[in-house]
Amino acid sequence: MSESEMAVQGHGDLMEASPYAIPSRKLTMWLFLISDAVTFGAFLFAYGYIRVSTENWVRPFESGSVINVIAMTVILITSSLTVLGAVDAAKAGDKAKTMKFMYSTMALGALFAALHLREWFQLFGRGITLSSGLFGQTFFTITGLHLLHVISGVIALLVVGMKYSNGKLTPGHVESTGLYWHFVDLV
Amino acid sequence: MSAANASGNVIRKYLPVYFVLLVIFFVEVFLSFQHFATGTLVVILLLLALCSASLGLMYFMHLADEKRNLLLTLIPVTIFVLLMMNMFWSDSVRLLHMRPGAQ
Repeated sequence: MSESEMAVQGHGDLMEASPYAIPSRKLTMWLFLISDAVTFGAFLFAYGYIRVSTENWVRPFESGSVINVIAMTVILITSSLTVLGAVDAAKAGDKAKTMKFMYSTMALGALFAALHLREWFQLFGRGITLSSGLFGQTFFTITGLHLLHVISGVIALLVVGMKYSNGKLTPGHVESTGLYWHFVDLV
Repeated sequence: MSAANASGNVIRKYLPVYFVLLVIFFVEVFLSFQHFATGTLVVILLLLALCSASLGLMYFMHLADEKRNLLLTLIPVTIFVLLMMNMFWSDSVRLLHMRPGAQ
């Protein structure tokens, strides 16, 4: 086939099948998640480096904070279960059920963000801020990055859910958003 | 099978993974209050985090159901990059003992 024929007719027939057998949207999401995982890895290792190399590291967390963190983690892991339900319902074509699970996931994400902010404000009350030293800088940077991901995820779930229920997006979009949410949960 | 039943089944299917993830998390919290040496604790917590991440990737994110090509393309390179980031631990300990430039 000549180049001019390919330009007119397209060259889909000449290309080999995708080695991954997944839509390009899903592959793109995977590549984004891998790069995001490495970004979080770099932040966490930087935190570890500073933590190990600093004597008298600040330990501001009381038992209330530990309980708060346990609740936040349980909430986020549970939200992975609800997003699994959303993806499965979307694949089955049940829009009402999909939205029910999507709203549950959003509610859990919002609850996580609220508890997260409560923890932050308690630290602010004790004089620990982004500019108060190495602990504040590393802690607020890493947890802030994660909180940004959670808030972005809630917004993405809302937008994708609404557009899916209006028929503008497909179950594949719900699945890609679900992948993002699972990643946020794992981090 | 109706769509509603299918959605219920997927939650039931992944409940064991959910509970294992919770157990790993509670073990991590418990261990962090035990009096281990810092290095030992870091290694144990990193291994547990690796278990959690593997479970999430393989089952919640369905990587186990995808073609193996995807896993082989994404995961080894990620692990390699993350492992390379471990090179500086010895330097952080050196800094702790205030021996800048020490061999």
